[in-house]
Amino acid sequence: MSTAAVNTPRLKTSAMIASFADPGQKTEPAPFGHALAAAAEADPRIVGLTADLGKYTDMHIFAKAHPDRFFQMGMAEQLLFGAAAGMAEAGLVPFASTYSVFAARRAYDFICLDIAEPNLNVNIVGGLPGLTTGYGPSHQATEDMAIFRGMPNLTIVDPCDSVDIAQAVPQLAASDGPTYLRLLRGKVPTVLDEYDYEFELGKAKVLRGGNDVVFVSSGLMTMRALQAAAALEKHKVDVAVVHAPTIKPFDEATVLAELAGDRLAVTLENHTVVGGLFETVASALVRAGVTRRVVPVGLPDEFLDAGALPTLHSKYGLSVERIVAKVLAELG
Amino acid sequence: MTSPILDSRPRAASAARRAAVEAAAHRIRRNALFMGEVQGQGYVGQALGAADILACLYADQLRFRPEDPQWEGRDRFLLSTGHYAIGLYAALAEAGIIPIEELETYGSDNSRLPMSGMSTYTPGMEISGGSLGHGLTIAVGLALGLRHRGNPARIVNFLSDGELDEGSTWEAAMGAAHHRLGRLTAVVDINALQADGATAGVLRTEPVGDKWAACGWRVFRVDGNDVGALLEAFDAAFSEAGDDGGAGEGAPAVILCDTKVGRGVPLLEQREKAHFMRIEEHEWSICVEQLEEGRAAREGQKHQEEQA
Repeated sequence: MSTAAVNTPRLKTSAMIASFADPGQKTEPAPFGHALAAAAEADPRIVGLTADLGKYTDMHIFAKAHPDRFFQMGMAEQLLFGAAAGMAEAGLVPFASTYSVFAARRAYDFICLDIAEPNLNVNIVGGLPGLTTGYGPSHQATEDMAIFRGMPNLTIVDPCDSVDIAQAVPQLAASDGPTYLRLLRGKVPTVLDEYDYEFELGKAKVLRGGNDVVFVSSGLMTMRALQAAAALEKHKVDVAVVHAPTIKPFDEATVLAELAGDRLAVTLENHTVVGGLFETVASALVRAGVTRRVVPVGLPDEFLDAGALPTLHSKYGLSVERIVAKVLAELG
Repeated sequence: MTSPILDSRPRAASAARRAAVEAAAHRIRRNALFMGEVQGQGYVGQALGAADILACLYADQLRFRPEDPQWEGRDRFLLSTGHYAIGLYAALAEAGIIPIEELETYGSDNSRLPMSGMSTYTPGMEISGGSLGHGLTIAVGLALGLRHRGNPARIVNFLSDGELDEGSTWEAAMGAAHHRLGRLTAVVDINALQADGATAGVLRTEPVGDKWAACGWRVFRVDGNDVGALLEAFDAAFSEAGDDGGAGEGAPAVILCDTKVGRGVPLLEQREKAHFMRIEEHEWSICVEQLEEGRAAREGQKHQEEQA
């Protein structure tokens, strides 16, 4: 072994789905699979489909609980979503899972024309959203929300944790039109149980107040936002956190109300800064005639490196340390 | 190539069934020409080519309630090729699902009959076609979903040979066989013509039958303008479709129909083949005359044979 390796151990790319949970953090196993299995008990219309990624999207939990309501479509994403549309036409409520890259990039036409245009209740479940794998651009759906935001009728949900996912699933099933869920799978951190919070489809929620800075965040970046807010307390910086898990339709009323003052405004998203939460917030501000600066924390507009997730999150600015440093720099 | 399977209907379609379907096909052709004339354009060549298939389905094979297009028990007809809507509108009028008088609105503003078929516009239009290669994937889900719900309705997906270029068609072909969707029948209109020219020159699809067979389908290949042959193929394809109380878990069926663009109107049959056929204003009446003359000549010949 080289001395360099002994002195500075290089982190390794982990399994395809790397965990972004911190060591020792409270987690919940496969919250999506369990929530879907439970929702299916209450709603006999619910069925599950996947394109050869059942184990990797926690759909296998549902398949085990309801084998007669699970449909394996093979590694065929166009068939997956076309068939999901057909099942919805037959009166069922399908949840169809694959990776976000394949849903957004390979199957867009099928989701758009067969599901969204007829406004069918098909629920698209996309694994590995944003930067949640170290496998590089083939697996990193850094632009999935940008792709999907232009699609009429589609509701987009970017959950933070196991609480969000468990509470979102029955609401997605109950809402009439199509939805896209940015899935977090495996051992998913449990964060929002510490707050007076409930997931409500279409609503943003203020998780904590703060006088100096306001974070508007979605997805796993809400977890980082809360951690960064706690870290900034030590620097005597008081940070509010607004969690906006529904990207579309966006809760402009809540977010604009929080951005009305002169606090430093920061958006945080596990997605490219093009076409995601930052631009959603920015366009809402402009349309309301609000002129103010917004600092984006998000992935750069480039194809990302492969590697270990902590390395990449730090490199691209999603880590707590990078967020804290950015806020302190902004505050001068 | 038909399978030796039990069928409640006689193997050869009776003369009366054939005659009824041929009469319906004639009316569908006449109505398609009428719609083309009103619009001054349209995919008339495709409609004329597919009229015999559509007539077999709507005048003989499909179960539906004209007064209730959403009836749960209806057989589902999925038109992948949105531009064939002109033919399907004519068939839906023939079936009594839309009023004949409405056909003159084809392709006009605020019409329920847009140039490219869409489910949100037209009663009896099950899906929005047009983006080719979608229909069979939806058909697979519909067949799975209806079977799951215990609904024995049959599912027919009409697609064109051009759609065999699309990879999604083959994803669906494998999926249908894998899930043993015995109530699913695909009908492929092989008019050997695509937007850029002859299918053989655009992307070779033959041997088409072997491809479907390799995917696990029951394959029939017929002259798609021969009503007797079509009826026989549909009878055979549907006989395994599980509508006799079975589980609907057989191999899906495909009927490959070799058709002629512009069929029934010699002026168009002989014209240079084009995806979007130009017809001059003065030619519409010639087309209708030729259609009527051809029909009269065939009927006269049939009458003579019966007399002899």
